[in-house]
Amino acid sequence: MLLNGDEWGIVGLSLKVSGVAIVCALPLAFALAHVLARASFPGKIMLDALVHLPLVLPPVVIGWVLLIAFAPAGPLGALLARWFGVTLLFRWAGAALAAAIMAMPLMVRSIRLSLEAIDPRLEAAARTLGAGPLGSFATITLPLARPGVLAALVLGFARSLGEFGATITFVSNVPGETGTLPLAIYAALQVPGQEATVWRLALVSVLLSLGALVVSEWLVRGTGTGERDGHVL
Amino acid sequence: MSFDVAIDFVRGQRRFSTRFATGAGITALCGPSGVGKSSVLASIAGLLRPDAGHIIVGGVSLFDRAGGVSLAPEHRACGIVFQDLRLFPHLTVEANLRYGERRAPADRQIIDFAETVALLEIGGLLRRRPVTLSGGEAQRVAIGRALLAGPRFLLLDEPLAALDEDLREGIMTVIERIRAQFALPMMLVSHAVDQVARLADQVVELTSA
Repeated sequence: MLLNGDEWGIVGLSLKVSGVAIVCALPLAFALAHVLARASFPGKIMLDALVHLPLVLPPVVIGWVLLIAFAPAGPLGALLARWFGVTLLFRWAGAALAAAIMAMPLMVRSIRLSLEAIDPRLEAAARTLGAGPLGSFATITLPLARPGVLAALVLGFARSLGEFGATITFVSNVPGETGTLPLAIYAALQVPGQEATVWRLALVSVLLSLGALVVSEWLVRGTGTGERDGHVL
Repeated sequence: MSFDVAIDFVRGQRRFSTRFATGAGITALCGPSGVGKSSVLASIAGLLRPDAGHIIVGGVSLFDRAGGVSLAPEHRACGIVFQDLRLFPHLTVEANLRYGERRAPADRQIIDFAETVALLEIGGLLRRRPVTLSGGEAQRVAIGRALLAGPRFLLLDEPLAALDEDLREGIMTVIERIRAQFALPMMLVSHAVDQVARLADQVVELTSA
């Protein structure tokens, strides 16, 4: 088609990094959203602020912190090397970690909003009908939070696709390993005569982002309660 | 004895203290608003934990502070119809009715699905979502959901308050049918003297302590 082999590789890598990032981030995002929506404890404001930090910090700072932590001699990097013999540095998994952290605030916010809209008295009613705490969570809370979870996946995916600063700081731009769409576009911009590549990759970025939003809108439609149908857009 | 309740609890800034023991049939729980009627029902259902006292229904101890007993709501076999009904908005009427039915052990079932639908005349509603129901329809579905969950006793919080005269008559008839058909201890919160006089075998008047 209009892309050459290398460019298809870049697109595939971007999809892999973003997909792995949001799927791995989702359970943690849900747990954080649930705690922030329902629990009350001292230090909740600090947790809330910490979750939102990637939204307001320069991405380069996040990337630098990851670099310090996961460098071979860093506290987490040393553990990973000793226990599993792996490193995240210059690896696509590291790019996925950076993308997951940058997407986390958006995902938590979206799930939290949908959880806060659920009446806890419905869960209480489920308990009186014989459902245990887990059963009530699985049959009442989770389905009612579905629009928020879907929105979180899409927003997180779109945010991950666009992730640049933390990624290039943490795992650098290794073509075929960490060279996702934004990094490849940036690299192509540095080389004279690569304008056509930049155009093509930019177009793919637009199509992927638009596609994600349209798909999510389609997914969320009809999952509503009948009072109003869900919307991502 | 149906309901043997002696509990102390705190709601907001106020302390409540309630003691009563009732015989068989329908007990009406009356008293001015703010006297803790709904909290008493929530305590019996296990949704509110009293600070002290005991709750025994039909000879089964559901809560006993001194004895360290506090059954989880799902183990109390309590059929409660909330004042705000709390039908599950993402499920159809049929799925709402079946929610408790499929979780109840077979030996506790007092009525099957078809009988419930016939008793409450809700056969035409099964595929609908709760939000599309009228007040009287939703009320009957909520009663059906509680009956199908295999309850050992029923709690009805203001089952008639939100309904107009015709619908009230219909629901009162349903409650009388349930009383005639099943030997369940029932407790009903109500403000209306005429309903209490017609339905209740005994009246518990709560007063602010």
